[in-house]
Amino acid sequence: MPKTRVSGKASTGTNKTSKNGKGSRTPAAVTEDGKELFDPEKAQEEYNKRKKSQLESIKNTSADVLREMLYQMVLGRHFEQKCAEVYRIGKIGGFCHLYIGQEAISIGTQLQLEPRDFVITSYRDHVQAMVQGIAPEAVLAELYGRAGGNVGGKGGSMHMFSKEKNFYGGHGIVGGQIGVGTGMAFAQKYKESGGVTLCFFGEAAVNQGIFHESLNMAGLWNLPCIYICENNRYGMGTSQERAMSISSIAKKAESYGIAGEFVDGMDVMEVREATARAIERARSESRPTLLEIRAYRYMGHSMSDPGKYRSTDEIKRYQERDPIVLFKDSLKEAGVLDGKDFEKIDAEALAKVQEAVDFAENSPLPDESELLTDVYK
Amino acid sequence: MAELTIRDALNEALREELVRDENVFIMGEEVAEYDGAYKVTRGLWKDFGDKRVIDTPITELGFAAVGVGAAMAGLRPVIEFMTFNFSILASDQIINHAAKMLYMSNGQFNVPIVFRGPNGSAYQVSSQHSQALEAFYANFPGLKVVMPSTAADAKGLLKSAIRDDNPVVFLEQERMYGLKGEVPEDDDFTIPLGVADVKREGTDCTIVARSMTVPLAMQAAEHMESEYGVSVEVVDPRTIKPLDIDTIVASVKKTNRLVIAEESHAFASVGAEISHQVMENAFDYLDAPIKRVSTAETPMPYAKNLEELALPDVPKIIEAVKAVCYI
Ligand SMILES: Cc1ncc(C[n+]2csc(CCOP(=O)(O)OP(=O)(O)O)c2C)c(N)n1
Ligand SMILES: [Mg+2]
Repeated sequence: MPKTRVSGKASTGTNKTSKNGKGSRTPAAVTEDGKELFDPEKAQEEYNKRKKSQLESIKNTSADVLREMLYQMVLGRHFEQKCAEVYRIGKIGGFCHLYIGQEAISIGTQLQLEPRDFVITSYRDHVQAMVQGIAPEAVLAELYGRAGGNVGGKGGSMHMFSKEKNFYGGHGIVGGQIGVGTGMAFAQKYKESGGVTLCFFGEAAVNQGIFHESLNMAGLWNLPCIYICENNRYGMGTSQERAMSISSIAKKAESYGIAGEFVDGMDVMEVREATARAIERARSESRPTLLEIRAYRYMGHSMSDPGKYRSTDEIKRYQERDPIVLFKDSLKEAGVLDGKDFEKIDAEALAKVQEAVDFAENSPLPDESELLTDVYK
Repeated sequence: MAELTIRDALNEALREELVRDENVFIMGEEVAEYDGAYKVTRGLWKDFGDKRVIDTPITELGFAAVGVGAAMAGLRPVIEFMTFNFSILASDQIINHAAKMLYMSNGQFNVPIVFRGPNGSAYQVSSQHSQALEAFYANFPGLKVVMPSTAADAKGLLKSAIRDDNPVVFLEQERMYGLKGEVPEDDDFTIPLGVADVKREGTDCTIVARSMTVPLAMQAAEHMESEYGVSVEVVDPRTIKPLDIDTIVASVKKTNRLVIAEESHAFASVGAEISHQVMENAFDYLDAPIKRVSTAETPMPYAKNLEELALPDVPKIIEAVKAVCYI
């Protein structure tokens, strides 16, 4: 969705258009709290209204980038489906939270980062880790608890990390990473690196005190932190309506004098542009942004969630707006890629996932001597 | 007697106390409509409704505080932490507020609240989700700390905790929710806080175990009996604070040897405290230095082989018993 509400000192910043966005879109017809955008049909209406400018943006983006975006989305989807499959046969233990349905968020935000930028997220971290450049082989081997895993089998599904790729981790305590991400942005500003931090968290994490404490400090100290709320509508079995006193998360930015924006998380181009605006604001003005990106969690909260709190009908309605399908349709319409390309991308992604499985299966167990390493530096 | 899982025994205790006292209410993440993340509160929301069984946002510090305030103002909250790892976010309310209130107010405001949920490791849930926090909470005067290991204890102790006029930290174990045991059917069955239970009588060596290590200690005891003819006594303090040191000391005076098995880390642990108190009260009766079996001094790894290596298990307890028996 185009931004409906921007506030505070940063309001000038949001009027700037991104590299691709022409800023020519008609404002969305949404109420102040954006409640109706939870409704997939309403969201699709808004999407259709933006369609022309979306195609315009696609034309302004290089074909290589677009192909990579689609490939990463498809890879993320296949990878997570494989995780579900091997989890069920006991290859993976512990918690395993899948990203299916939310791919446009990771791909739309992270693929435009520079090497000086940082990323931090929650336990739902496989796709973010891969998009950041961690090999699918290392992610899957981590899920298998093997020595070849991304952190040598010590972390599992929830705790991917790569210092080399500026991936500051998957974190298991709801909301904890919001404060840590704020500190990463603090360091970027302190060192004048020009880098920005993308700090991901779920909508339910917004109810933790740390969210509010962090946004206040970021607003107060002008930190280059981009807070990305992945609103997939549920925190475990609790819908946002049952846990939050208002429905707009983007609007909470106002309380801290920072920019806030609703984004349609099923529209990867929209995500990309909103992020570009936020990155620009962070780099050139050192101002934080809160993006509320609305998507939907197709699978259970984790692999052990029976999911009785929502109907299959509800899930189907959201799946009508699948981010991969929508993106493919637009790419086709814009004449960038066609059915043959899609098949090729699909095959490449499947082959990559198979390589990851082969690697994980053949990776040895961590050596017992690893138990006591890295407790202290 | 009825055979119940620990999960269902806890559920019965909650149900009976909700019926008995209208000031009792349950609050926590997913406790109502979802029936509890580990199904301990199954069916309670359906039967008692929104007023008594309340789903919260993910806001541990906030709802723990609501519990403390409500308790000061006359209610008896049972606050569930989905796991005790998340209680760390609420520890300000538990330690700085609940634990201190009676003392700070010169006896005017007591805080009759129960903080409950699973403590310790589960199955490969890694560093941030596997912590055993009993020593942390037991360190603060004003808090009671309870750790049941059987279905009957779970039920009787939880009922006592809810009826207690002090803040009680009630630590369950996810790995144990499915364990079955005989539970008295009397609605008014309670077990007083602060009373240990001898789970197995023996004459040659005492194992003090709690929560998850109790069933492990029982197996180790069986093994020592059948393989080595060593008669092991297993003592479960059940309440960590107040600690029934008398029962432990009496056992050590009889067996002259002590192994302490615990899921927490060893450093500054409850086991260290017990060891000290035994030294003070039964030094002359000990025939061997006290041994402890604890979780390795490391955050919990995810990989299955490393997790197994980190945790106490039957072979490690057997090894410790053999060591104190000089076998
Ligand atoms: C402090 C804390 N409380 C509770 C949990 C258990 N828990 C894990 S994920 C989750 C739901 C979080 O929902 P949301 O923030 O919307 O993220 P999503 O899972 O939807 O990506 C809960 C309650 C936790 N990990 N940490
Ligand atoms: Mg969510």
